[in-house]
Amino acid sequence: MTGHTHPPPRASIVAVIAACALIGLPLLGLALRAPWSTILDQISRPEVFRALWLSIECSVAATALSFVIGLPLAVWMASETSRWTNVVRAFVLLPMVLPPVVGGLALLLAFGRNGVFGQYLDAWFGITLPFSTAGVIVAETWVALPFFVLTTESGLRATDTRAADAAATLGAKPWRILTTITLPMIAPSLQAASILAWARALGEFGATITFAGNLESTTRTMPLAVYTALESSPEAAITLSFVLIAIAMAVLFVLRKRWFPTGRTAR
Amino acid sequence: MVPHWTNGTMNLDASIGLQRGTLRIDAQLSAGAGETVALVGPNGAGKTSCLHAIAGLVRLERGHVRLGMRLFDDGSVTNFVRPEDRHVGVVFQDHRLFPAMSVVDNVAYGPRSRGAGKRSARATAHDWLERVGITKRNEKPAALSGGETARVALARALAYEPDMLLLDEPLAAVDASARVALESALRSHLANFEGPRILVAHDIGDALALADRLIVLESGCVIQSGTAEELARRPLSNYVADLAGVNRFVGHCRDSIVTIGNTELTVVSSVIGDVVVTLHPRAVSLFPERPAGSPRNVFELRVLHVESLHDRNRVQLTGSLPMVAEVTTASVEALRLCEGRTIFAAIKATELVVSPH
Repeated sequence: MTGHTHPPPRASIVAVIAACALIGLPLLGLALRAPWSTILDQISRPEVFRALWLSIECSVAATALSFVIGLPLAVWMASETSRWTNVVRAFVLLPMVLPPVVGGLALLLAFGRNGVFGQYLDAWFGITLPFSTAGVIVAETWVALPFFVLTTESGLRATDTRAADAAATLGAKPWRILTTITLPMIAPSLQAASILAWARALGEFGATITFAGNLESTTRTMPLAVYTALESSPEAAITLSFVLIAIAMAVLFVLRKRWFPTGRTAR
Repeated sequence: MVPHWTNGTMNLDASIGLQRGTLRIDAQLSAGAGETVALVGPNGAGKTSCLHAIAGLVRLERGHVRLGMRLFDDGSVTNFVRPEDRHVGVVFQDHRLFPAMSVVDNVAYGPRSRGAGKRSARATAHDWLERVGITKRNEKPAALSGGETARVALARALAYEPDMLLLDEPLAAVDASARVALESALRSHLANFEGPRILVAHDIGDALALADRLIVLESGCVIQSGTAEELARRPLSNYVADLAGVNRFVGHCRDSIVTIGNTELTVVSSVIGDVVVTLHPRAVSLFPERPAGSPRNVFELRVLHVESLHDRNRVQLTGSLPMVAEVTTASVEALRLCEGRTIFAAIKATELVVSPH
C-alpha cells in the first residue's frame, strides 16, 4: 500500500493540534487530579464493585439482545427485498440521533407502570420495567441497537454474494446460506458491531437514569455512579472514570485492525 | 434419489431474454441429455449471463428456461424456480470455492443440501476428490493451485448430482502447464455425466476439445450453431471465421471467378451471384518470391503479425486480400517471417469453399 501521494495542506496541522488538545487535555486533567495513592482502595470499595458488576451484566445483556434482534434485522435490511427497508432503517437509526434522555422519557411513558403499554405488562404479566435492572437493559438496548445494526448491515453489504450464489446452485436454502456462508464471512463485522454496541451500552447514562432511575445495586451503573459520586466524593468519581477509560482503551485495542489500517495490515 | 434424466427427456430448452446494461440478450439455447454444447463468443456477448439465467442466479425478463418437463422460469414471479430448487450444477469461472471450509467440506456441501448426513456426505466428497485426483483434502482452498481449484470446483458440482451441468470457462484461470491434463480430465467427467452439459468458452480450443456442438453468441444473439466442421465450412460472421480459424471473404461469383473489391479469386464453382468464400489458413502457401507455375491465386501481401501457438504459427497478412495463414515454425524461420516483410501467398482453387451468401 502506498498511502497518500499528495501531502496535506500545511494548515491542517492546526486542526490536528486542536483536536488532540480538545480530547487530550481533559484526560490529562483527570490524570493530574487522580488520587493515585488511594486509587486501589477506591476501586475495591463494595459500591464501586457493585456498580462495575451491574454495568457489565446489563451491557452484556443489552449486547446479546442487540445481537438477537439486530442480526436478523440487518440481514433483512441488507437484502433490500422490501420497499419498507428505508422506513425501517430510519426507525432503527432514530435512537442514534435522538438525545438519550428523550429516549428514556419515551420509554417511561410507554413502559412505565402507568405507561401506555406498561400498565398491561404490569397487570397481565406482573412485569415492571422502570426502576429495575431489566429496565436498564431495555434502555441500553434502545441506544445500542442502531450501532449493532448499522455496522452489521454495512458488513453484509460489503460481502461478495458470489459465494452465496455458488451455495444456492449447490442446493442451499437461504437459512443454510446465511449460517454456513454469509455469517462466517461477516464475522469481523459482527465482532466490531458487538463491541461497539457493548461500549455504547456500557456508557449509557441519559436513557438509563430517566427510565430506570439511580438505585444503588439495582440500576446504578458505572456512569450513574460517576455522576452520583461527583457530589459526595470527587476522588471516587475520578477513580470510576479511570476504570471506564481503561475499558475504552481495551475496546480500541481489540478493534485496532478495523480503525487503524496501516501499510502492514492486509486490507 | 432417481435422477430425472433416466426417462430420456432431460433436454434443456431455453429462450433467454434479458437486459444487462446496454446489452439486450435474446438467445435460443438447447442441449440434449448427454450432449456437450459450447457457448462461444467475444467478451461481453452475454455468455455468462445466459448461464446464470439457466442456473437461476438471474431472472428472465422474457422467454423461458425448461429442463425436461420442468419449467424453471418464464419471466413471471409465480413460475420462477429458485436456484437451490433447480438441481443445476455450476462450475464458475472464478471457481468460487468457500474459503472458510476445507476442500472436502466444499465438495460435501452439495450432498449435505441433498439431505445426506455429515459422514456420508464426506464419504461422497472423498470419492469425488479421488476421481478428480485431489489429495490435499483437509486444507483450505487457498492452499490449492489454479488447476487443483478447478478440479475441486468440478468435483463439488458433480458431487451434488445435478440434472444438468454448466461450466463457465473452467480452464480460463488455469495456467498452461496444468491445462492439458485438466482438459482430458474434464472430457472424461463430462462424458460420464448423463445430463445436458453447457460449457462457456472464450477459447475455441476448449470448445473444440470438449463440445459436441457450438453455439456462437454475439451481442446477445445466437449467430450460428453447429459442429466445429459446420462452422468452419460456412462461418456466418467474421467472428465465427476467426473463431474457427478460417478466412472468410464476401464477394461476387461468376464464371468461377470471385470478385472481392479489386481482387479476383479463381475458384471451382458454378455459383452465380453473391458468395461467401472460406479458406483454411493451412491451405495458404507462402513464398519469398513470386512462385512460377500452376497456382493462379497468388497475392503479394505484407506480414502484419506472427502469432506463435504451441504447435503452429498464425501469420496475419495485409494487402489486396487480407488473410491469415498457418505455417510451421520451421517455415517461419526459413521464410524469415517478421512484421513488415513482403511475401507471396498462393492458394489452390480447390481449397476455396464457395457458398451462396
